[in-house]
Amino acid sequence: MSFRVGVVTFPGSLDDRDAARAIEVAGGTAVPLFHASDDLKEVEAVVLPGGFSYGDYLRCGAIARFAPIMNSIVTAAEHGFPVLGICNGFQVLCESHLLPGALTRNSNLHFLCRDQKLKIENVNTVWTSGFKAGQEIVIPLKNGEGSFQCDDATLNMLENQGRVIARYLDFDPNGSRNLIAGISNERGNVVGLMPHPEHAIEDLTGPSTDGLTFFTSVLQQLVGR
Amino acid sequence: MALDTVTTATQNPDTEQPFAELGLKPDEYARIKTILGRRPTSSELAMYSVMWSEHCSYKSSKIHLKQFGEKAVKSDALLVGIGENAGVVDIGQNYAVTFKIESHNHPSFIEPYQGAATGVGGIVRDILTMGARPIAVMDPLRFGPADAEDTRRVLPGIVAGIGGYGNCLGLPNIGGEIVFDETYAGNPLVNALCVGVMKHEDIKLATAHGTGNLVVLFGAKTGGDGIGGVSVLASETFNAAKPTKRPSVQVGDPFAEKVLIECCLEIFKADLVIGIQDLGGAGLSCATSELASAGSGGMQINLEKVPLRDPSLSPEEILMSESQERMCAIVEPAKIKHFMAICKKWDVTATVIGEVTSGERLHITFNGELIVDVPPRTVAHDGPVYDRPIKKPDYLEKLAKSTFTVPMPTDADEIKAAILKLIASPNIADKSWVTSQYDKYVQGNTVLAQPEDSGLIRIDDKTHLGVAVSTDANARWSYLDPYEGAKLALAESCRNIATTGAKPLAVTNCLNFGSPEDPGVMWQFAETVRGLADAALELDLPITGGNVSFYNQTGDVAILPTPVIGVLGVIQDVRKRTPMGIPSAGLDLYVIGKYNSNLSGSEWAYLHGEIGNLSPVADLVMEKRLVNFLLEGQPIFESAHDVSNGGLAATLVEAVLKNKIGARVDLNDVANALFSETPGRVLVSLKDTATNEIVSLAGKYQIPIYKIGTTGGSDLEINQTVISIDELSKAHTETFPKLFG
Repeated sequence: MSFRVGVVTFPGSLDDRDAARAIEVAGGTAVPLFHASDDLKEVEAVVLPGGFSYGDYLRCGAIARFAPIMNSIVTAAEHGFPVLGICNGFQVLCESHLLPGALTRNSNLHFLCRDQKLKIENVNTVWTSGFKAGQEIVIPLKNGEGSFQCDDATLNMLENQGRVIARYLDFDPNGSRNLIAGISNERGNVVGLMPHPEHAIEDLTGPSTDGLTFFTSVLQQLVGR
Repeated sequence: MALDTVTTATQNPDTEQPFAELGLKPDEYARIKTILGRRPTSSELAMYSVMWSEHCSYKSSKIHLKQFGEKAVKSDALLVGIGENAGVVDIGQNYAVTFKIESHNHPSFIEPYQGAATGVGGIVRDILTMGARPIAVMDPLRFGPADAEDTRRVLPGIVAGIGGYGNCLGLPNIGGEIVFDETYAGNPLVNALCVGVMKHEDIKLATAHGTGNLVVLFGAKTGGDGIGGVSVLASETFNAAKPTKRPSVQVGDPFAEKVLIECCLEIFKADLVIGIQDLGGAGLSCATSELASAGSGGMQINLEKVPLRDPSLSPEEILMSESQERMCAIVEPAKIKHFMAICKKWDVTATVIGEVTSGERLHITFNGELIVDVPPRTVAHDGPVYDRPIKKPDYLEKLAKSTFTVPMPTDADEIKAAILKLIASPNIADKSWVTSQYDKYVQGNTVLAQPEDSGLIRIDDKTHLGVAVSTDANARWSYLDPYEGAKLALAESCRNIATTGAKPLAVTNCLNFGSPEDPGVMWQFAETVRGLADAALELDLPITGGNVSFYNQTGDVAILPTPVIGVLGVIQDVRKRTPMGIPSAGLDLYVIGKYNSNLSGSEWAYLHGEIGNLSPVADLVMEKRLVNFLLEGQPIFESAHDVSNGGLAATLVEAVLKNKIGARVDLNDVANALFSETPGRVLVSLKDTATNEIVSLAGKYQIPIYKIGTTGGSDLEINQTVISIDELSKAHTETFPKLFG
């Protein structure tokens, strides 16, 4: 059987169909979820895709956190339900306080789309378990507000608890603290990642197929449950 | 001010009206009076003035553009031709593709970010209106000198505006051009192209028929932005003495457009509209009059029902407002409930503002008072047509008789310096400072994007069907000979499509020129249209639509004639596309196509302040053979890259830098061979085991081929000149960050 993974569409979500494709390529069944409903449709994990939810007005992710679907996701996540937030999804997770910190304007103030090298730092989350520790991957990065910021105490906590899951390598694209590209919650079921693994699932359309491992990881973890 | 109704207009025939301020000539105003049999109301005057502006009515260009229809080839692939919002082409497997380019030049000069952003928004709505899901955008851009202060104001704003709007819509930006020339100072060109895809049965048209069917306005509320934008901004040359026109530029809200796209696509899927039209230039004036005149003619609009952002707007302003992100649909009463439910799901405001009537007139009332009573066709289609005077400009004789020389490098060191200078020059330098501000990945179907020869998008991930799009113009050749320039631009665009492995299928265009009131400019325009129509006929390609932008000039100085030609191609299997970059060492390098030394209009001449004397002459018989050669040879090509701006020097450097794999080549008459831009040539790499095949292809298509070298190493070696990839990369990539931060 194949596991059901939800993809939330907020008004202004853009990479929802790409995330669904990545789930299908990884062997799962992608289930569309709509922001205005709190029904998780019996999915076993969820992806919050990239985009500009609600136009990113006010602050990225700040309005999306109040969507009915987010109430269900926050409650489930607190009980270990796997959630991956990509780009705007990461911003939504921070605004929802499932993850600490905030994503701010890139340091050079430009939107940036590039093939970005990353180092996978933590392979103990449900979304990264298929990687080797220290593995270097290349996946697209594309955002205007991707600079991860937090206070020193939070930064130390994230580093000490090994919750930085990926770091930018060779090039600092946005001024994130400690070159942080992605983090997880303490339990490792909630992951936020600025770059886009769903755009690196086939050689034809992406810079690599490295991104697929995020999706195969969670499917394997679901088998183990 | 009291409401100027039809009754008032009849009772007070002599009221003075500001037709001149609205851009109407006295004879045009007189014609409106003849049509109506009375003076127009102020609302009618507003409608006629925007719809009869150059931008909306094509009054100076119409007489020439009809050649596109007269000379056109009969193409089975063309499902919808010129005249609708965008042409639609059959690409097989029941898919139809629509594509179109439009200019947003003047607003982008005044307010770079919003001007460029709303340019993207407008073209995307044109594509959406056809029933298609927009799948990609491209932006051909032209600026004044790269180091000019105004370019530093305009370029970053335009690029950010295109990115800000397009990225937020989730449309990959897959190509375009950036060209600098003195004549574009004060007249930057911002052309925006969009491609969309649909199934054949989903094609929608802008028409209103069926008495009693409802007219629904949906999307953003109407505000005071862009009032008179069309007639004031696009029909007048900039003049420093006049007051600022800033408020005329529209303000875009890409989020509103994104939900409007999803809302429309859901509405189309449920088959809920009879006809649909977007609100762009001339706003409601345009949408209502075009919808009505494409149907039976009768329509009643209750203008007070239009939802307003600014309640103080007068009826005239509501009719002229160019507020963005609005659509107008004709819906059967039985389907309105379903229609409204989908709008509600997407939080899109939708209002029934009127209905289709049995008569032949467009009636607009405001709180029950009749303020517009016109035959809609007279507004939408029967605008004035000018046969403007044409005169071949004097500069051409002078140039044709002139000789010109540019210094050419001779020894190895000079050649190295020349190559580095060329590839660092703004027109040739790496453009990733710009393209990295655009999302090329979204939707997950981008197979090729800038700097590849054409953008290539997968349409179906089961059958691997895809489309390729390229836009091209060489304005310097058009300046030297607009007839040949147009032909060469179309040939180049086709070549770029075929270079990536796709078959050219259809043509669109955006013709950017100076003032049509200048007979010299008008001659350039006429020659361009003649050239493009002839070339399309000769290459068997239908022209599916286009756009004209006049008045791109400051004082007496017009821009170089800049016909931007877009070509759409189809590729049966996107996995077989040919990329531009040399993929590996040990391959043979060939130049396909005949070379002759001519530096006229070349980048090398431009770098020395010269434009040359005579444009190359397009050899379309040869170009057609080249396209077929490229398509048949596609399986043996490891890479292929068109030789164009910057000549073979730029082509080689770009092919080497893409994957950082070097090459060693030997060239006769090396300097001319490197910097001449002889059209009709492509650089390819292939395995030596494919030698027999390429030789036999050359024989079959009677095209000269030249083996110029092999691939590999960490340098580009040309005869005795050796340049490391690092040096090339540094020269090529440093220019834009240095100029624009």
